[in-house]
This record gives sequence, structure tokens and C-alpha cells, in this order.
Amino acid sequence: MAVLVDESTRLAVAGITGREGTFHTLNNRAYGTNVVGGVTPGKGGQDVEGIPVFDSWAEAMAAVAPNTAMIFVPPRFAADSILEAAAAGVELVIAITEGIPAHDELRVYNVLRRDHPGTRLIGPNCPGILSPGRANVGIIPASFFKEGNVGVVSRSGTLTYQIGNEIAQAGFGCSTIVGIGGDPVPGSSFVDVLELFEADEQTELIVLSGEIGGSAEEEAAEYISEHLSKPVVAYIAGFTAPAGKQMGHAGAIVSGSAGTAAAKADALEERGVRVGRTPTEAAQIAVEVLGGASAPAP
Amino acid sequence: MDLLEYQGKQLFARHGLRVSSGREVTTVEGAVTAAAEVGYPVVVKAQVLIGGRGKAGGVKLAADEAEVREHAANILGMDIRGHVVRTLWIEHASDIAAEYYASVLLDRSAKKPLVMFSVEGGVDIEEVAERTPEKLIRHHVDPLAGLSREEALKMASDGGADADVREGVADALVALYEVWLQEDATLAEINPLIVTPEREVRALDSKVSLDGNALYRHPENQSLSDSENEDPIERRAKEEGVQYVKLDGDIGILGNGAGLVMSTLDVVAQAGGSPANFLDAGGGSNAEKIKQAVDLLLANEAVRAVLFNIFGGITRCDEVAQGLIAAFEQIKPSVPFVVRLDGTNDAEGRRLLAEAGLPNVHPAKTMNEAAEMVVALAAGAGVGAGA
Repeated sequence: MAVLVDESTRLAVAGITGREGTFHTLNNRAYGTNVVGGVTPGKGGQDVEGIPVFDSWAEAMAAVAPNTAMIFVPPRFAADSILEAAAAGVELVIAITEGIPAHDELRVYNVLRRDHPGTRLIGPNCPGILSPGRANVGIIPASFFKEGNVGVVSRSGTLTYQIGNEIAQAGFGCSTIVGIGGDPVPGSSFVDVLELFEADEQTELIVLSGEIGGSAEEEAAEYISEHLSKPVVAYIAGFTAPAGKQMGHAGAIVSGSAGTAAAKADALEERGVRVGRTPTEAAQIAVEVLGGASAPAP
Repeated sequence: MDLLEYQGKQLFARHGLRVSSGREVTTVEGAVTAAAEVGYPVVVKAQVLIGGRGKAGGVKLAADEAEVREHAANILGMDIRGHVVRTLWIEHASDIAAEYYASVLLDRSAKKPLVMFSVEGGVDIEEVAERTPEKLIRHHVDPLAGLSREEALKMASDGGADADVREGVADALVALYEVWLQEDATLAEINPLIVTPEREVRALDSKVSLDGNALYRHPENQSLSDSENEDPIERRAKEEGVQYVKLDGDIGILGNGAGLVMSTLDVVAQAGGSPANFLDAGGGSNAEKIKQAVDLLLANEAVRAVLFNIFGGITRCDEVAQGLIAAFEQIKPSVPFVVRLDGTNDAEGRRLLAEAGLPNVHPAKTMNEAAEMVVALAAGAGVGAGA
């Protein structure tokens, strides 16, 4: 089954004509993702290696009916592009763009809830979503992952690759890898994605990779203890981060005593979620749980 | 981006919040001139990005020129928990009848702005929240509608503000919300928000954080970044567009991706080492970018060994290796490097490094192994020749 992206995905890309946008769109298509169009204002009528480009999301919707949008436009145009895609009726919007102002993210989040409740936003500042063997939307290097029963949800890109690679080397694969992004107001939270994995038949174990800042991990811990039947293994980055310093991601900052890695790990462990102290240990725990729960790895 | 008190007050004034008149100065003579301009008695206030200035002796009342001289001389250069005072704010002293608290912040959990008000100001607000939560009024605002004057008035009366200043408090809350909204702030806080004996409501302090991602909308705020009090290496990194945070240890850390670098710091600490910095080199693999990053790392003289942790995704490890080799030829670092290359084309990358035979470069395959190696090397450098 997998979640969010699969064989039924019809992808259109905002910013397809930019250097990064073109590169990753073609990469996604080469993986097998059904790319049906692109959106760049002023470049309607052109094409990118056979992919038709439209001036607006409304035109793209009328012509090729995308159900998934990928946003690759610069930060100052990203909020409007996300809302335009939602207004055109796109169900899933995946925003890769990094550096969007927090107030824009807040506006987008609240406008989507009020006016477009049927649209789900993943990101911004995220690596995208990969369902191995089915579809890849974003910049996740697909070569490290194969199809399997582990669902991965993460605030960080490279850390996801690190953990996923170790799980793959132990002989296991993934149902879907979802990067929810490192910004202060992500469109979707851990809880939203955990809910999807719980309902997904293919997923048997979930790896959650969190980091300092905010309280999304604590909320996930609460949700897991109340609503999840599947085992969850977690990793939290940022134990050594000092308060008040932003560690790369806009959302990764300890303010006062809130948002520390220790508090997050405690919240998860108190509710029975095993937390690896290193990415390697998290992967090892996942493999151990899988080995015990299903047939031995090949 | 955190603002100093006086910078925050300038933003407050721009949006109609009442503040006392004052001047920012950097010398004792400047303080004396400023005090004469704003009128005695004055308060001499250290401008640093850390709380607890008063307890540290960084805020003093001065009745005359002799006292201004004495306090300014004492406070300038003072080290307040690692923050050296280079700027003073000289403000006309206020008479205080009551001390309230007000703030607006981005509540990440609720995904809404949170406005808070309390009549228990002038103290640590987290203590108020813990000991007497009923005295801290919390109100989530619909960001698509904004804070109405009606809501603000209700907060003032629910919070127990004196009846004759509720209008003034509501005005202050609405103005503070405008500061938060119009200036792209993530936090705008006033503690204390004072009531004067004349029943005027005024901001006596400010704590404002602006969103760096939104600075393109506020060219007038770009100069507010507190460069003179910032670490010089962090300042240089910012100018070069590199994500760098200086830490207290002796092991330089460089990696690709914020999450992986944060994780690397943790793994090094678990192995018994102490990281000297956070540095996210991003997705770049070319020699110029790597050279720039290595230069930044080594600008910190405390660094005794470096861990280069790359997990290649889109970035290819062979390209990273080529970049490293080219960078090393130019820089010729004198401290040992542990280089962990994993991911796309990792074997090829390690082969290139081995063939280049760079002195003092130690390849590692896993993150844990790399961390243990660099901790040993950093310790060894201490007892050995000492570069």
C-alpha cells in the first residue's frame, strides 16, 4: 500500500523550469513517478523534456489533473504557490523550498485549514516523500531504500538517509519515507503521518526521527500511547545543542527549558517508545524488533 | 535574530508603544552626554542578549554625572555570563506604580500567535506561570483575523489590570501584536510593562526576536543584527552564508545536513569528546565550498582535531573527496582530520582519499567509529607535539 505517494500519484511541479526543479523532477520521473506537468508563471506552453509547463495551477489542473504538487520555487513565492495549488484542488502539496518566513507558514497553515481542508501539506523545508518501488517525490536518494515494511517519518533529510541505509543494510525495506521538514510551522506533524502509517497495511514498524525545538515529539509520544498498535522506534538529535542557538534548521532551537532533546526522549520512553542514542542504535533496535516480530531477515 | 533592548524599543516606538526617552552609547563620555540630554535621574543599562542583567550589576540608577561616570565605567566591558557589554542604553528613570507583563509569540504547537498578559510583571514569567497560572492570561489569536481591541480589553480585565489603565493596557497589547506581525517577529515581549504614577502604560524593557528568513521584507531591520557582540567566526560564517554555531569544545565538526550534524555532535559527546562547533556544509561538494568550510572550522584556535562526516545522498562521495583533496592542497591543515564518507559512491571516495595520501587524514566507515577516532586524536594532540 504505502502512504501518500504511489502508482496513483499524478505529480506537477512548481518551479520545474529552475535548475534544481528540472534536475529533481527528471530524477523523480526516472524513478517511475508519473509526472504530468509543471507550473512556472510566464512559461506556459513550454515543456521540460516533454513535460508540459503551465502558467498557473488552475491551468495545470484543467489540462492534466495533478493530484500531487511539488513546490520548488524561491521562498518569497512559495506560500502563494502552495495556496494556489490547494485552491486548484490538488490534494497533496509537498514543499521542498527552504527559508520561507515563519509568518508565511503560519498563514498557509491556517488558510489551508479554513479554506482547503481537503489539501494536505508536507514540508516546507523537507526532502519529500519516497515510497520505494512505487513513487519518489522530492530529493530523497532512492538508491538507499528498497520496498519493505518500515515506515519512516523525520524532520531531517540526511539523518533519514543515515538511518534508512542502516536498516537496508540489515536486510529490511521501507513502505514510505516521509520528510516533514525542519521549520517552525510544518504543514503536517509527526502525529499526522503516524496516523497514516497506523492505517497502512504494508507498514509494520515506524521509525520516528526527531530533533530539538518545538513540541512535536512530545505530542507524538502522547498520540502513540493512545492510538498506535504498531511498534515505534525513535531517534532524537541535538542533545549537545546549547539553548538559544539555532542548529541549522529554522525550527531546531532550544528556547529556555523547552524543546530539549532530553525532554523529548524522556516523553517517548515514558510511553514505551524505545529511543536509540545514536542513529545506528535506533536502526539496530528497529531491526531487532522486526526480527522478533516477523520472519528472520533473509 | 535576537535584538538588544534598545533596538526592540525602537521597533516598539515605531508601532505606537510608549517607551522612555533614551540614547545608546558605547563610551563613558557618551553616557554623560546622553544623561544630560534625557534628564536626571537616569538608568544605565547594559545591552546584552542575556537575561539577569540586573542581578549581575548591569543595570544601575544614577542621580548625577558622577554616578553616571562610575556606573558606565563599571558596566562597559563587564562580562555577563559570557556576554561582554559594549553598548549601554541611557534612559530617563521612570517612576513605577505597577509592573505588568505582556508578550506575543508564535505558538508552534497551536500553530497560532499566543498573546499573554499578567499583572505580575517584573519577575521571571515562567515562575508566575508555574506558581500562579491563573495570573497569566493566555489568548490564542486567529492569525487570519488578528488581535481585536475587544479581545485585548478582555485580556486586560480578565488579568486584573487596574480599571483606570485597562484601555492603556489594551492599546499596548494591540500595538505589541502589530510589532510581532508587521516586523515578522517570532517573539515580542515586554517585562515589565509599567504603569506610572500618572497612570501611563509604558514598556520599560523589550525582548524581540525577528525571523531571519523574513529580513528581505524589512531592509530597515537588516542592520539590527547584533554584529558587534557576536562571535567573530559566527559573523564571518553568516556573511559567507554558512550555517555555523560556535561551541566550547576542541573537536571541529563538519557535515552535510542540519540533522546529521546535530547527530554528529551528540555521537562525539557520547564518545567522550567535546565539539567545538556546529557546521552544516549543505549539499555542496566542490572544492571551493569545502575549503571555505574548513577555513571556518580552523579559524577557531581551540580545534585540535576535525571530524568530517558526510552521508552522500544527492551529493556524491567521490566529488566530496575530490573537493577535500583540492582544499587540503591549499590549506594544509596542521590538525588531524577523520573523514567518514558513506552513501553514494562512498567506496570510490575513500579510494581517492587513500590514493591522495593526505597527511594526517584518517578515513572511517561509520559515524560511531569516526567519533571514537577523532576523540582519541584530539586527546593525543594534547600530549603530543601540539601542532
